[in-house]
Amino acid sequence: MNTAVLITILATSVAAGAPVIYATVGEIFAERSGILNLGVEGMMLMGAVTGFIVAVKTGNPWAGVMAGMLAGGLLSLIHAFLTITLHADQVVSGLALTIFGAGLSSFVGQNYVGVQGPQFAPIHIPVLTDLPVLGPLLFNYDVLVYLSILLVPLAAYFIHHTRPGLHLRAVGEDPTTADVMGVSVARTRYIYTFVGGLLAGLGGAALSLAYTPGWTEGMSGGRGWIAIALVIFAFWEPWRAMVGAYLFGGVQALQFNLQAVGITIPTYYLNMLPYLFTILVLVFATGERMKRHLGAPAALGIPYIRGER
Amino acid sequence: MTESNVQQSDIAVEMRDIVKRFPGVIANDHVTFIAKRGEIHALLGENGAGKSTLMNVLAGLYAPEEGEIFINGRKMTFHSPRDAIEAGVGMVHQHFRLVPTLTVVENVVLGLDEPRFKLNLEEATQKIEALAEQYGLKITPDAFIWQLSVGEQQRVEIIKALYRGAQILILDEPTAVLTPQETVELFSTLRSMAAKGHTIIFISHKLDEVTAISDRVTVLRAGKVVAVVEAKDVTKEKLAELMVGRPVIFRLEKPEVAPGQEVLRAEDLHALNNKGLPALKGVSFTVRAHEIVGVAGVSGNGQAELSEALYGLRPLQKGKIYLNGQNITKAPTREIIRQGVAQVPEDRHKEGSIGDMDLAENLILKNYRQPPISRGPVISWKYVFDFAKTLIRRFDVKAPGIHTRARLLSGGNLQKLILARELSSDPALIIAMHPTQGLDVGATESVRELLLQERSKGAAILLISEDLDEVMQLSDRILVIYEGEIMGEVPADRADRNEIGLMMAGARQETLNHHETVAA
Ligand SMILES: Nc1ncnc2c1ncn2[C@@H]1O[C@H](COP(=O)(O)OP(=O)(O)OP(=O)(O)O)[C@@H](O)[C@H]1O
Ligand SMILES: [Mg+2]
Repeated sequence: MNTAVLITILATSVAAGAPVIYATVGEIFAERSGILNLGVEGMMLMGAVTGFIVAVKTGNPWAGVMAGMLAGGLLSLIHAFLTITLHADQVVSGLALTIFGAGLSSFVGQNYVGVQGPQFAPIHIPVLTDLPVLGPLLFNYDVLVYLSILLVPLAAYFIHHTRPGLHLRAVGEDPTTADVMGVSVARTRYIYTFVGGLLAGLGGAALSLAYTPGWTEGMSGGRGWIAIALVIFAFWEPWRAMVGAYLFGGVQALQFNLQAVGITIPTYYLNMLPYLFTILVLVFATGERMKRHLGAPAALGIPYIRGER
Repeated sequence: MTESNVQQSDIAVEMRDIVKRFPGVIANDHVTFIAKRGEIHALLGENGAGKSTLMNVLAGLYAPEEGEIFINGRKMTFHSPRDAIEAGVGMVHQHFRLVPTLTVVENVVLGLDEPRFKLNLEEATQKIEALAEQYGLKITPDAFIWQLSVGEQQRVEIIKALYRGAQILILDEPTAVLTPQETVELFSTLRSMAAKGHTIIFISHKLDEVTAISDRVTVLRAGKVVAVVEAKDVTKEKLAELMVGRPVIFRLEKPEVAPGQEVLRAEDLHALNNKGLPALKGVSFTVRAHEIVGVAGVSGNGQAELSEALYGLRPLQKGKIYLNGQNITKAPTREIIRQGVAQVPEDRHKEGSIGDMDLAENLILKNYRQPPISRGPVISWKYVFDFAKTLIRRFDVKAPGIHTRARLLSGGNLQKLILARELSSDPALIIAMHPTQGLDVGATESVRELLLQERSKGAAILLISEDLDEVMQLSDRILVIYEGEIMGEVPADRADRNEIGLMMAGARQETLNHHETVAA
C-alpha cells in the first residue's frame, strides 16, 4: 500500500467519522440525562432529508443545516414527551421514532432522490492545503468536519466542568437526589433529549450536504445504530466517542479503498464490515467496562416520578 | 399534654394543623409542631407514625393538604425542596441524597445557582474545609461518594445543608447506621450547631439517645401528636409508653437452653467484594441448634459478603460450607432455601422485597412453588390471601391491606414484612443482618423476642449486627469480624464491651489477652 492510498484512507476516516461524531455526542447528552433514545437513526434520516430539501429550496446549505437540526430536534421532542411527561417505555418509544423517521423521510424525500443540491465542499486554505502529506491529511475537509472536531472538547468541557454539566450528570445518575437539590429532572431531561435530537439531525444533514451529497432513501445506513453502540464503547465520554467514530470511519474507508489497491473481496462482505466492527466494539467495550466497573448512568432508561418511594 | 411555654420570638419552626394523606392512610392528621431556635428537638413515634412524612412536608418534598408552616414567624409555602432550602431548612434523609459517582464537592454544590456556568470547585473546597473545621466534621472534599463510609456520607449531608446556610437542620434517623464512635461525634457536632443558634430536629428510635441529647421531644402516634415534653422531665420508659400507648417492658427473657447439634459449619471462607477485592479472608465458625451466634463489627468489614456467601449469592474463592453435615458450598440459592435457610438481608428495599409487588405476593416469594400455596403451575390465591392476612396480623405489619405495594410501607413495617416471610417457614438456620435496624422500640423488642423463640424451637441463628448492645443481649457466642477476618470469639456471658470494641478496630484476641496478663 503506498502513502497516497494511506493518506486517502486516513482522510476518508475523518470525513466519514464526522456525521457519526455528531450523532454519538448527541446521544451521550441524552443518555447522560437518563434518557435512552433509540430513535437516532430516524432523527438522522429526517435531518438528512429536511436539510437537503431546505438547502435545495433556498440554495443555502447553512439554511439546510439549521433545518436538519430542527427536524431532528422536533422528532426528539416526541420521544421526550412520551417518555418524560407520560413515562412511556423508552425502548419502545425510541424504536417507534426510528421507524417513523425512516418512513416519513422517504415519503418527504421521494421527489428529491437524485436531485443535485448545494453542498459543503472541502475548504481550500491557501498554503496549508497545498502542503504535501499534511495538506490532504489535515487541511482538506469541509466545514462540518471541522465543527465536529470542535464539538468534542466543548462537549467534554461542558459535561465535566460546568454547572449545567454537573446537573446533567446528577440527573442521569440519581434523579431523586437531583430533584431534592433543586434541579428540575423533567426540564433537564427535555433539554438534553432535544440537544441529542439537534445533533442527530446535524449528523444527518452532514451526510446529505457534505459527506455523500444528495438524498437517497435510508442513506444513514445504520449510522444511528452505530452511534448508540459507540456511546457504550465511549463510556459516555465525548473524547472516546471521537476515537470510536474515526475507527468506524476507518472501516468504511477501508471498504472503499481495498478495491482501489486491487484486493478483491465480494462487496457483500465489505458491506458487512461496519456492522461486524460494531459488534466487536461492543464485545470489547463491555468486557473492559466490567473490569473497570464503569457503568451507564445509573438512572438510564428509568422514568422519574417524584414522591414514588 | 405538657405545652412548654415558648416565647413567640424564639420559635424557629411552627407547623400548624398539618394534614397529609396517602392512598388509604392519613400520615399526618392535624399535626402541630413547634421547634425553638437553638434547641435539639427529637421527634418520636412508632413505625409508620408519620415522622418522615411530617419532616418531608417541612423540607418542601411533600405539599400538605391542609395546614400552615411558619419559619421565624413568616408564613411559608414550599413548592419544592429548593424553596425550603432558601428558607433555611435543610434535611438529611433516611436514605442519603448523594450522587455516588460524584465527588464530595460536586455533591455539595449540586443545585446551587452560583456560579452560573463554569464550576469553581477550588473555591467551594475551601469553603467546605472552613465549615468542616468550624463544626468539627471530618471530611475529604475530593473523594467520590461511593468511596465513603456511611458515617462520612452523613457528614457530607450535614455540610451540604450548612453550605446552603441552613438554620434548621432535620435529620431522619441519623444514628441508625452509625457506629457508636460515629454517633458520639455526630452528637458533639449537633451540640455545637445548636450552641451556634441552629435548630436541630432529629428522628430516632433509640430512646437512650433521645433522652441524652435532646432538649424537647414531640411524640407522634398514628399521625397525631400525643405529647410534647421537656427531655429532662421524662424517662425512657415514659417515652416508650407515650409512643406505644401502653407500658413497654424493656427486659428480655433469654431462656436457658443447651445448644444442640451443629447446623452450620463454615470452613476457611474466601470471597471477593463487588469491587473485586478480597472481602472474606479465611473465615471459619460453626453455629449449633438452639444457639445464637453474633457477628459484631463495623459495617463494611465483610459482613454483607459473609451473609451472601452463606446464602449462595456470592461465589467463594475457597472454603466449604456445611448445613446439617451436608456440603452446600456450591448449592444454588433455591436449594439452600429448600434446606431451611432463612435470610434477613442488609438492604430491605433491594434484596428483601419487591417494591412494586403487593404484600401478599412478597410474603410468598420463597414458598410459592409448594403446596398448598400452589398446585402445579397454579397459585391458589385464596389460600395466599388468608396466609398473608394471618402473617400481617401476627407480625403486626401496619398497612392499609395485603394488596398495598411493598414500596409504600414505612421503613420499619417493611422490615416486619420480611421477618414475617422469613420466620414463618420454621427455618433450621436464620442469617439475620441488622434485623432491628430502623424498628421502633416495640417492634425491636418483638423481633428480638421472635429470634429468641426461634432459638428455643431449635433454630441456629447467625446474627450480624452493628448494634453491639443487640449482639451482646441476644447472642450465646460473639464473633468479631475485621477486614474479612475473625479477630476472636467470646462467650456472651463473659463479653466485655471494651475488648470487643478493640477487636472491632482490628486488635486480635490473642494480643489482647497477652496485654491483660502483662498488665496483671
Ligand atoms: N409516598 C408514600 N405513598 C404512600 N404511602 C406513604 C408514602 N409515604 C408514607 N406513606 C405511609 O404513610 C405512613 C407514615 O409513613 P412515614 O414514613 O412518615 O412513617 P415513619 O414515622 O417515618 O415510620 P418509620 O419509623 O418506619 O420510618 C405509613 O403508613 C406509610 O405507609
Ligand atoms: Mg421514617
